Amino acid sequence: MFEVIGKPWPKVDALHKCTGETRFADDLHMPRMLSAKILRSPHAHARIRRIDVSRARALPGVHAVITGRDLPTRFGILPVSQDEEALCVEKVRYVGDPVAAVAAVDEWTAEEALRLIEVEYEPLPALLTLEEAVAEPSVRIHEYGDGPNIHKMVSLEFGDVAAGFARAEYVREDIFFYAGSTHLPLEQHAAVAHYGPDGKLTLWSSTQTPHYVHRALAKVLGLPPSHIRVIATPVGGGFGGKSDPFSHEIVVAKLAMMTGRPVKITLTREEVFYVHRGRHPVLLWIRTGVRRDGTITAMHVRSFLDGGAYGSYGVATTYYTGALQTVTYKIPCYKFEGVRVFTNKPPCGPKRGHGTPQPRFAVEVHLDKIAEDLRLDPVELRQRQIVEAPSITVNGLPISSCGLRACIDRVVEASGFREKFRRLPFGQGVGFACSAYLSGAGLPIYWNDLPHSGVQIKIDRGGGVTVFCGSADIGQGSDSVLAYIVAEVLGIFPEDIRIVTADTDLTPVDLGSYSSRVTVMAGNAAVEAAEKLRRLLFRAAAERLDIPEDQLMARGRRIFDRADPDRGLEFAEVAQLAEARFGTLGAVGSYTPPKPPGRYKGAGVGPSPSYSYSACVAQVSVDSETGFVRVEKIWIAHDVGRAINPRLVEGQIYGSVYMGLGEALMEEYAFRSRYGVHKAPSMLDYKSPTTLEMPEVECFLIETDDPHGPFGAKEAGQGPLLPVPPAIANAVYDAVGVRIDELPITPEKILKGLDDKARGGSGRIGPTSIPVLTWPEPIRVEPPPQWREGSRVSS
Amino acid sequence: MEREQQIITLRVNGEMYTLAVPVYKTLLEVLREDLNLTGTKHGCELGECGACTVLVDGEPVLSCLVLPVDLEGREILTIEGLMEGGRPHPVQIAFAETGAAQCGYCTPGIVLSAKALLDRNPAPTRQEIAEALSGNLCRCTGYLHILEAVERAAVRGREMRAVSGGF
Repeated sequence: MFEVIGKPWPKVDALHKCTGETRFADDLHMPRMLSAKILRSPHAHARIRRIDVSRARALPGVHAVITGRDLPTRFGILPVSQDEEALCVEKVRYVGDPVAAVAAVDEWTAEEALRLIEVEYEPLPALLTLEEAVAEPSVRIHEYGDGPNIHKMVSLEFGDVAAGFARAEYVREDIFFYAGSTHLPLEQHAAVAHYGPDGKLTLWSSTQTPHYVHRALAKVLGLPPSHIRVIATPVGGGFGGKSDPFSHEIVVAKLAMMTGRPVKITLTREEVFYVHRGRHPVLLWIRTGVRRDGTITAMHVRSFLDGGAYGSYGVATTYYTGALQTVTYKIPCYKFEGVRVFTNKPPCGPKRGHGTPQPRFAVEVHLDKIAEDLRLDPVELRQRQIVEAPSITVNGLPISSCGLRACIDRVVEASGFREKFRRLPFGQGVGFACSAYLSGAGLPIYWNDLPHSGVQIKIDRGGGVTVFCGSADIGQGSDSVLAYIVAEVLGIFPEDIRIVTADTDLTPVDLGSYSSRVTVMAGNAAVEAAEKLRRLLFRAAAERLDIPEDQLMARGRRIFDRADPDRGLEFAEVAQLAEARFGTLGAVGSYTPPKPPGRYKGAGVGPSPSYSYSACVAQVSVDSETGFVRVEKIWIAHDVGRAINPRLVEGQIYGSVYMGLGEALMEEYAFRSRYGVHKAPSMLDYKSPTTLEMPEVECFLIETDDPHGPFGAKEAGQGPLLPVPPAIANAVYDAVGVRIDELPITPEKILKGLDDKARGGSGRIGPTSIPVLTWPEPIRVEPPPQWREGSRVSS
Repeated sequence: MEREQQIITLRVNGEMYTLAVPVYKTLLEVLREDLNLTGTKHGCELGECGACTVLVDGEPVLSCLVLPVDLEGREILTIEGLMEGGRPHPVQIAFAETGAAQCGYCTPGIVLSAKALLDRNPAPTRQEIAEALSGNLCRCTGYLHILEAVERAAVRGREMRAVSGGF
């Protein structure tokens, strides 16, 4: 049916990447270029009394030294949390907070100059845990928020939760903790700024969101946006970690403006650890009421996020810890309370799955326990209550397609789960979990009614096609997806297409590579632009061939008569006919997601054009002597709507499984408790899986042809991470009978659990209490009009 | 700044270079900054991630941990030197076809580690490949397409040798 879509084409930039041709930000070099370095705070919390940069300025080879006074305007990714300074003005809030910056002839000189900057600090009490932040209202990290050190507090109730619990025949409560982790991209953040004699600034940066960086630069530097050009270089690993506008990007821009010379900065690996914006550590409390057969009657979730020192995406993250619980199983009434606190640690932000892996871990382990309590099959318990499509969830999220049932069937069958569950010898076990994720946020980060993605296409007389789009390729293959889609519509091949992306001067806006939005949003914009051009080409070809336009077809670099394929013209020939007939050939397409149905405060987080679904079975072996867990195999099925390129989808699934495995078993963003110093800011000490820990993965793609996706496609980059940690945790329990309700599941915790069990305890390891907070009165939301216990929308 | 410089002669990708470099500069820095061979990447500059892997006399070496002064008279191969006559090496082609490069930042180092492995063991098992690449971190791929790419390159290499051996 398709010629390009659905086939395993190599990525358009694959050979560049394999031959060292790809130019990442730190690979850029310009004549007269200076090197920049940033001085960072050694204190977790302190007032800046005085900064003396005179000795640094006097050092030969130093061209500029700046402090917070040179860049006083605050910025931040979300309009509600403009709480960052490119260089701190009055206070530092975490070890690593930027304080001053130097531009010098080379990195060594810049480094030497940093040592000559004198900063006098007045240390303040540091709040390093969520509990401390809540307990010490006299110490304030920020002056804004929903309370002392409380960045955001939300309370939402959908439907009548008390009535839902009253209908329950069994109610269970659990508490979980999901540790923070960091993205650990292989590429350290880097940026190069150039300020021309025309007063125009260009910034090359390894960023996932050039559009948002553009906005932040305009705000902080006070330049008109039309004088700023941001180019996202190929990103050497993002995972959410390069989605904020960063201090170093603004700093090099300012230094370039002051010196009139290009300035480059590349963060050290240690700085990358401190810059962070990683997974929020989240404490979760969950209470669910079910009927005896496991049918959910009500759910209540409380989440406690340790946000670190700044807002970042945190308000959205807070809502995300509550939003997507309703997207997998029918939940007739649902209450969510969430809080994000400030602590004197590096700011947390979005990491693959953004705020949803933590509650998904909680829900899926919690359901496993409920199934065991009621002697129900954990698979059947879920199968019984999968959401239907189309439908609208109780919190107003529109489900347009759902392949979860097929996902479950495939992994359960392939893994032999039913034959293995609770039947393997001690030390071996299997676990099961499901999940859902959004295909792009339904609303933009700043309020506007503009398109979320734009694509422009031009066709050259020689038949070459160039596609322009603001999207940033971070390795997921978004450039390639644009090429596949345009090639399919125009009947040419990906290699006939040149892709120009992520350049705010040259390309129409795409909001960025976050929230798994690019395939759906840029893809739809590309389809629209390409179809406009195809209409022109068909008109020109129809006139020449004397065939009705609707009888034409574009395929294999030809436009021809569907009924008589020999009657046709070469693509390049038609391009010339069309240009002669209509003038220069170009077209634009844009995409705005459907308006979400929810109409309450907070309804902006969670809606998406479509949701992907995943189901996973993990098989593990646990050494009860050492506590060491080995994941033997992962079976995972993912409803991707349609695989534009199955190999790239498979790559996203493998990568997600890998990252979920790391978070389940070893990755932990941990601090020395008194000083706010990272325990392991190096790639050796921060444990991440190598080739030797990566298990065999059997993956299945489920296609549901979503009505909102380009060719029916949904997301693949983040969703498949979600079921992996709970499936592993459930498998560990199946193997040795201890519940580790706290990630990562380290050997120490397993041994502690086994020891506890041997002494007659439950063997459960995990948090046992949650902070006592006064929650605000919930915003009560009536279920949407079409909603009937998650049932089908009649349309 | 006054910094002690040393004149060294390096053989990189078959070409001889004579340069004056500060003695503390690592091979990684000299390759990237003095020779403009930016295909060699850096992820930590502490010998932890493998991104800066190059081959010295055919053996993988972390270029961030060696000083060029120690490498005079040795044969250094970087990712740029792997192409022959503008044609990518079979390992590079296999990586491209398999989707083994996602962001591509770890790729040059892994391609070179894989080449070194296949040169000494043309038919490695999956476990042998995993062991040979265990010092190269990748955060995108979950390694599986990389292992598949090396297997594919190995099969191709054997086929090519079988064909050429037949003449």
